[in-house]
Amino acid sequence: MTEQKCKGARDLLPQDTERFRFIEDTFRRSCLSWSYQEVKTPTLEYLHLFTAAGTLTPSMLSKVYSFLDWDGWSGERVALRPDGTIPVARLFIENLAQQEIARLFYVTNVFIFEETGKKNREKWQCGAEFLGNFKPTADIELILLAIEVIRSLRIGNVELKLSHAGLLKALIQELNLAPEEKHALLDQIQDGNWQTLTQTKTSNADINKMLSLLLDLKGKSSGFLENLKALPQISAESKSQLEKFMEITSLLDMLGCRYQIDITSTKGFEYYTGLCFQLSVNQERVGSGGRYDNLIPLIGGSNTPACGFALYLDPLIDMIPPKAQENTEKKVLIRIKSITPNVVKTGFQIAQSFREVGYIAELDFNNRKPNYRWVITVEDKLSTFTITDQTKNLNKELSSISDAIKMLGGSV
Amino acid sequence: MPTERRLESIKLALPKGKLLSATACLLNHIGLEFKNYTQATRVYRLQSAELPHVSAKIFQEKDIPIQVAVGNYDFGICGLDWIEELLAKYPSSALVKIADLEYDKGNLYLAASQYGDIDFQEMSVRQENWRIVTEYPNLAEAAALNLRLRRFHVFPVWGAAEAYPPENADLALLLTKGETSIKELNLLPLKTLLSTSAFLIANKESWQTKDISQIINYFKLGLEMQSKPWLEINPKRIKSHNGFRYEPDGEKIWLAVPDGHQQGPALKFLTQAGIEIEGYAGDVVYRRPSCNLDWVNVKVIRPQDMPLQVANGNFDLAVTGKDWLLDHLSRFPTSPATELVELGFGKVKVVAVVTQNTPANNIDDLKQIQAGKMQRLRVASEYVNIADKYLHDNHVRWYKMIPTWGASEALLPEDADLLIENTQTGKTLAEHKLKVIDTLFESTACLIGNKNSLNNSNKKDRIATMVEIFSKAAKGNIV
Repeated sequence: MTEQKCKGARDLLPQDTERFRFIEDTFRRSCLSWSYQEVKTPTLEYLHLFTAAGTLTPSMLSKVYSFLDWDGWSGERVALRPDGTIPVARLFIENLAQQEIARLFYVTNVFIFEETGKKNREKWQCGAEFLGNFKPTADIELILLAIEVIRSLRIGNVELKLSHAGLLKALIQELNLAPEEKHALLDQIQDGNWQTLTQTKTSNADINKMLSLLLDLKGKSSGFLENLKALPQISAESKSQLEKFMEITSLLDMLGCRYQIDITSTKGFEYYTGLCFQLSVNQERVGSGGRYDNLIPLIGGSNTPACGFALYLDPLIDMIPPKAQENTEKKVLIRIKSITPNVVKTGFQIAQSFREVGYIAELDFNNRKPNYRWVITVEDKLSTFTITDQTKNLNKELSSISDAIKMLGGSV
Repeated sequence: MPTERRLESIKLALPKGKLLSATACLLNHIGLEFKNYTQATRVYRLQSAELPHVSAKIFQEKDIPIQVAVGNYDFGICGLDWIEELLAKYPSSALVKIADLEYDKGNLYLAASQYGDIDFQEMSVRQENWRIVTEYPNLAEAAALNLRLRRFHVFPVWGAAEAYPPENADLALLLTKGETSIKELNLLPLKTLLSTSAFLIANKESWQTKDISQIINYFKLGLEMQSKPWLEINPKRIKSHNGFRYEPDGEKIWLAVPDGHQQGPALKFLTQAGIEIEGYAGDVVYRRPSCNLDWVNVKVIRPQDMPLQVANGNFDLAVTGKDWLLDHLSRFPTSPATELVELGFGKVKVVAVVTQNTPANNIDDLKQIQAGKMQRLRVASEYVNIADKYLHDNHVRWYKMIPTWGASEALLPEDADLLIENTQTGKTLAEHKLKVIDTLFESTACLIGNKNSLNNSNKKDRIATMVEIFSKAAKGNIV
């Protein structure tokens, strides 16, 4: 049979879905305990939500799935959400803006075209957003929450890399480029082509030197930023951005949270304005986040500072080991030998009683042979049924459901 | 015994329309002549005069990049504008640009009306909802994204983009020879997106796996020639005139009348109705002719584009075909565009067509045949939305839609299995050895309007008067 699944789509099979749910549940539990509230946004949003300047880069936008709706004669396009944060920012503006702060989280799919079709075009994210707080402690809170989730998944070796969009944008400002050139350069580096930054010809040799220093060095602590700040050629705006960056790194130092500073670690930071962070496990990116103080005003809300992160479910699913052995203890098979109405009724009643006391009760009409320990057989003899312990090869005839539950070790 | 090397067959897709004369001239000079490749030709399939293994088919220029990219043809000749339009949306299309043939040069401009007030530098900052009208929707979308327009709507049109700004669009993306010609249209070029000319393109697969060097050498010869008479041929374009004095007037009603085939019959009808439109007759298309009724503004645009324009309130009334209204409503079922008066002229049937040797007499037969082939039915049509609906209604599940811009007859049988086409007498179909297996509906010209503006708006009385004028005149036409 030819494959009918869309290119770039992924089926989650039962064992994948189990791991997906495990990640989702772990994430939800952590978020709830940090006082975040869950939201869901629609899959379809108007495209213009994402075209507002400073939200997504043109190269990202050219990969958005957008189309005219059945009533789209005005040319208003709708898009399958390409990003989790922007819809939540819209939700906040339209529903929660009167709140001083909002801590929100979501588990959602996002859609971005990928040319080869070998990687996923529909991706799942666990995201958390902290809206209404400008303090560095908000950034710290999110970093710690993200790391806690990954650790709770029993995945080790989480690496944290930090970058700073505010600093980067301030430095690019110093290149004194024409607006069009500046946009082009930003687009390039946001797509990960950092070398264009050092290749950009500028009259200011000091700035070029600064930039290559910044790109080449990968420092491990805030001392690195201190050194940068001491450089004589640095401008006031860049200095103030460096200070903001250092506020966060020194807090992380104090909290004993290990990180690496790597300006090039961030991609697609179009809407980020401050700290950006990347989380990876064995070189694989599993999450990212940052501060986006301008996003909400850009899409029509009032001035609201905000930051957030998203963990990527797709790579994480593959990092969770499948359960070694299925737990068959709490499962019981109700085998129904004939389909006369009374036998079927008894079978369903027994199954229901077991479910009520916490068992998984599977009805069997086909004489299936699963590796369950307990099998209850219901035959035409209506007053009794047989209970089999397959591990001990024991059969017993019983007439009361509560006796059967007791025999399996449950309490009625 | 030495055997003569068998040459693989090579297929070219050649343009009809404005590029035809210069292309034919080039082919003749480089020794790659195709008999019957002339403006007057009635055949679509051509054979090389010299090389028995080389054949060609004539297409609308716009269709050529797609035909070459999907591998139906090894080579194609068309303007760079249409190549880039395809690549803007599908960058991984299997196309190789082989050579710039240098004729039919022009520029693609993003332009605004000289009567508008648009500052290019501030475009990305302004909160406006930019309306962009164009024959190149993919390039327009890419341009709008690159310019960081916060919010924009692209209106794809079949032609006459110059007629829309400033009242019906803020920006137009269109092709002209140069700055002088765009300014003659009363437009200000804001940005040159692309300089275009005719190109020779090849299918990537053919380029990588087939020896097609012989054909490339023919073209190389041409490019190296001292004298290139094909560069001197001025392509035949529809002369269009867009001169006007801008006077914003919210009270006047807007009427759209068609150019192209329907222009003659529409003119006759309007004259009968007592509506005189100065500049609507004759060879030069005046996009904004004047009307003897001083409460009416008239624009001449493509009939295909009218339902969408009426739905958006850009025009209050329009003279178009029922076929185009139905195509629009099949795509946008809740659109406010609606038929007001059947005008009785321009009768055509919209039909389902196959080749005469297809053993099918109706759509069910065709489904049966296709089921045995394990292949998707290839359906070509100018009316993609009508065709989609027709196929859904007939439970045809596994098909591929090939949108075309006219001359669809050429696609059967090599490049499509079924056409959804219009026909007046069936003569052209018979000439191309095609037969009708179903009639979808009969179409005539009609006056369309916008349900919403009929009921409210300060123009509703004027609209009602106009509808009455049309109704009276139409009575004589409807049999």
